[in-house]
Amino acid sequence: MRPFTYARAADAADAVRLADGGRARYLGGGTNLVDLARETVERPEALVDVTGLSTAIEEIGGGLLIGAAARNAAVAEHRAVRTRYPALARAIVAGASAQIRNMATVGGNILQRTRCAYFYDDGSRCNKRRPEQGCDAIEGFNRGHAVLGASAACVATHPSDMCVALAAFDATVHLRNADGERTLPITDLHRLPGNRPDLDTVLEPGELITAVELPALALAASSAYRKVRDRASYAFALVSVAAAIEVTDGIVSDVRIALGGVAHKPWRAWTAEAALRGGPATAERFRRAAEEELASAVALRHNAFKIELAERTITTVLTDLAGEQP
Amino acid sequence: MSENHDAARPAVKTAVGPAPDDWGPGRAPDPLSRHRSGTIGTRVSRVDGPLKVRGAATFAAEFRFDGMVYAALAFSTVPKGRITELDTAAAEGAPGVVLVMTYRNAPKITPLPEWYTEGKAVAGDTLPVMQDDRIHWNGQPIAVVLADTQEQADHAASLIRAGYEPEPAVTSFEQAKAAGRHPTFHYGRPLKTEISDAEAALAAAPVKVDEIYRTPFQNHNAIEPHAVTLAWDGDELVVHDASQAVVHTAWSLGYAFGLRQDQVHVSSPYVGGGFGGKSLWSHHILAAAAAKLAGRPVRAALTREGVYRVVGGRTKTEQRVAIGARPDGGFDALVHTGVVAMGRHNTMPPEPFITSTGSLYAARSFTLEVEAAHMDMLANTFMRAPGEAVGSFGLECAIDELADRLGMDPIELRVRNEPERNPTSGLPFSSRHLLEAYRVGAERFGWTERSPRPGTRSEGEWRVGMGVATASHPYIRLPGGEARITLTADGRVIIDVAAHEMGMGTETTTAIVAAERLGLDLDQVTVRQGDSRLPGLIMAGGAQQTAVIGGAVSAAHRALLAVLIELAGHDSPLAGLRPEEVGCVNGGLHKLEDPSRFESYTDILARAGRGEVSVEASGPPPLELTHWSMRSYGAMFCEARVNAVTGETRISRFLGSFDCGRIMNAKTAASQFRGGIIMGLGLALMEETHLDERHGRIMNPNLAEYHVPVHMDVPEIEVMWTDIPDPHSPMGAHGVGEIGITGVGAAVANAVYNATGRRVRDLPITLDKLL
Repeated sequence: MRPFTYARAADAADAVRLADGGRARYLGGGTNLVDLARETVERPEALVDVTGLSTAIEEIGGGLLIGAAARNAAVAEHRAVRTRYPALARAIVAGASAQIRNMATVGGNILQRTRCAYFYDDGSRCNKRRPEQGCDAIEGFNRGHAVLGASAACVATHPSDMCVALAAFDATVHLRNADGERTLPITDLHRLPGNRPDLDTVLEPGELITAVELPALALAASSAYRKVRDRASYAFALVSVAAAIEVTDGIVSDVRIALGGVAHKPWRAWTAEAALRGGPATAERFRRAAEEELASAVALRHNAFKIELAERTITTVLTDLAGEQP
Repeated sequence: MSENHDAARPAVKTAVGPAPDDWGPGRAPDPLSRHRSGTIGTRVSRVDGPLKVRGAATFAAEFRFDGMVYAALAFSTVPKGRITELDTAAAEGAPGVVLVMTYRNAPKITPLPEWYTEGKAVAGDTLPVMQDDRIHWNGQPIAVVLADTQEQADHAASLIRAGYEPEPAVTSFEQAKAAGRHPTFHYGRPLKTEISDAEAALAAAPVKVDEIYRTPFQNHNAIEPHAVTLAWDGDELVVHDASQAVVHTAWSLGYAFGLRQDQVHVSSPYVGGGFGGKSLWSHHILAAAAAKLAGRPVRAALTREGVYRVVGGRTKTEQRVAIGARPDGGFDALVHTGVVAMGRHNTMPPEPFITSTGSLYAARSFTLEVEAAHMDMLANTFMRAPGEAVGSFGLECAIDELADRLGMDPIELRVRNEPERNPTSGLPFSSRHLLEAYRVGAERFGWTERSPRPGTRSEGEWRVGMGVATASHPYIRLPGGEARITLTADGRVIIDVAAHEMGMGTETTTAIVAAERLGLDLDQVTVRQGDSRLPGLIMAGGAQQTAVIGGAVSAAHRALLAVLIELAGHDSPLAGLRPEEVGCVNGGLHKLEDPSRFESYTDILARAGRGEVSVEASGPPPLELTHWSMRSYGAMFCEARVNAVTGETRISRFLGSFDCGRIMNAKTAASQFRGGIIMGLGLALMEETHLDERHGRIMNPNLAEYHVPVHMDVPEIEVMWTDIPDPHSPMGAHGVGEIGITGVGAAVANAVYNATGRRVRDLPITLDKLL
């Protein structure tokens, strides 16, 4: 591993100061960054350990405020999360082994990088690792790659399960930089690749995620997360769906849908949601809404199945949720 | 019999007489094969278990030498061409670096000869190792860095920069096939059999299947990545290896560096899984060369990626299986042909996927052939039941397809084609009870609950189906088995044999067999193995170790009896007896026909004034293989669930019913069977090396993206066995190491078909193929 300096931040302000405008990288549980450093994909000169920052999970205005240093396991096991946002708990549990969940932080989970094999391989071309180098995935093995929002420069997917649930629930991220603090909807945090796939998010250099806020959201209490993958555990999603639905007298009064494994970011299904709101809660309508959401999908050589798989999974998850409505 | 149902053991132990001189015609069976008063066949925990649980069993990468340095490798990123630029300055200047070795400064190394053609060569390919600027595969080592710590070596290796002049390379299977197909050989024999005109018989058959089945590249993923720790001592080389062929490795390393075999000492007391991959690969040679150049001992422990770059795996196959049948199900024609990808410099056989086809079914005509298409890639090699694991996928799926077409139960179709003799060699079977394995397996599994019509059983979103397939693996006993028995004055014995404990329980089984043959308790036997200075030339491959060791120990046992009777002399109750007339029991010998004429080992040695008696003998040549058709068999039963929404397949039940001669240790045999079945589930559902066919690079050289089953993928697996001894093998035993993986791919695919009506002929069966 390459040499680097290490400093432990006392608080958020200290962390931002130590990060020195992005010269240093923030280190959470290290479950992704350390792996990438070992593979020489990431070559940090300096690390600022932010695991000493807030791990609190607190009530806030009917929602929850989760410190960015909270471990994934703590979030998934938290009673309020399990009862009020079950899809989030399920997404985290589906996302990694118990050992990883015990180490990984919420902030680190959000900022984990793609698992595209070409991104990991120093012998291959990758625009995300080396801008303008070219992309070997587009014509290579791309079974796990994006069908929505990809570009000619990058077809990688965001690997997080947790973020899919956060995107469905309109979570916001609390950020801190040298100039102060701001918040951002999580759906605006991650970028589509465009011609800058090296940038995963809109974070400023050195900007720190300090917390994630889940808003009050009654329908989230009966939410679901379904992850479809190549083996029963310990695999990234080919397609995942986080969803919640509220049905009143057979009509969809509110609905949230987000997809994982299909895009460079957790994919909020705005189109499908708009198509469903105010309409009848039937499997046929769910299917048509899913098709509308996927209408813009573009398949690569090996991943065309993801389009149909996403449509089927959305339809089934919504049908099951609607069937459980009181 | 199953792992949880031991046969009753009589309280009184009976004596074991000597085994026959050999296992050729006219010989009585090994008395051990019918001996039921000892521990053979019971559940015996591994003798090395406590050591392993305590972390006290030392593996190759745990040995240390004073002054040892750590190796890291840099790999090529092109499949073929020349190195035009190799910048090692940054690596040489990095902290802790002792040496950077490239083709420019590597010592002279002689390329190894082809496996099985000369000497005891066991290297994966015949290429020169780091002797010139040529690149032969994507991932070939181009530099070795030695440093004071592993981290320093890894970092320095990442600083090496190479430039290449690429040359046209064949890195796609289609391209390779178009460039030509070549005949293949297995143990020196052509992989081609023709009996009568199978194509004509096929054309005339009233019912037929004729399909193409494909299996992908796969890689070795032993839990212990390959590693070697070695040191030069003058002209001698001491090697701690993770090896399934210690003597072959000593000879081969000696050959590479111009030394005699006895100048190279290879020890490998414990191996964390071999599976065919732990032979000699370039990291051994590079470590020895770098150690020589640096004058320092070296530990070279491959990373998981390093294993994929340096150690070959199972190659890709494309198999045509065609069966022509009469309306009653009898086979008129059986065609199993096809092509495999193969490296250009392989020393090991190709994937011989037809080797069971010629013995399983009584067809009237056969065409069997494996051809190879050459690719510029790392040499493929033996891997987990070579040939059988993937060949049984094509063959046993085709049987199922034919049964479906005939409207016949697939087990009944197999019953109707059960041969009386090996249909291609004409040899009688030594021991074949496959139909019995089917009968008890089907009853236990509840096969009659299977609906003959596919796609008719559902539970919620899940479609449920059952499938069955035959498992089969050859009985092998290669020449070269030797063993030494040392009996000490306290009545204990040491068995010395250059065999290998790779986790399967060889040390334990060897002790069980020796204890029973010598009439001792298990704790009176010590087994020493895994060292090239011990007797024998034994490869832990082909599931043959138990037979080879058994043959050698039985020969040494005969020799020991002769020595003991002579030592006993005229004053012994044994006086005047011939070795054939005595048997071993209760720590001594007695006349088989008169148990009162007994004398203990301790008394014999004490009277003779001997501290110990040591005998060494070679196992007899494997005559049994020239007189009988010898295989292990099994019936694999699978219940699969396929999700109607997502296409995900989950295996909910699996049962393996085996016919593998007499089982030596019910506990470790069950683990072997079950472990093989789990590997088979991986082969069926997920294992696949992503070889990027544009440039021959493996893109998933890690366990995150190269999928093997995780716990949640593995259901309850039941195993059972006939326990019928083979009258023509040592102990009546067959190997059990590899059969477990065979037939599983087809059993799963057949169950998936029964669940869904969808026939997947292209492994692995991933969900996209079932949407």
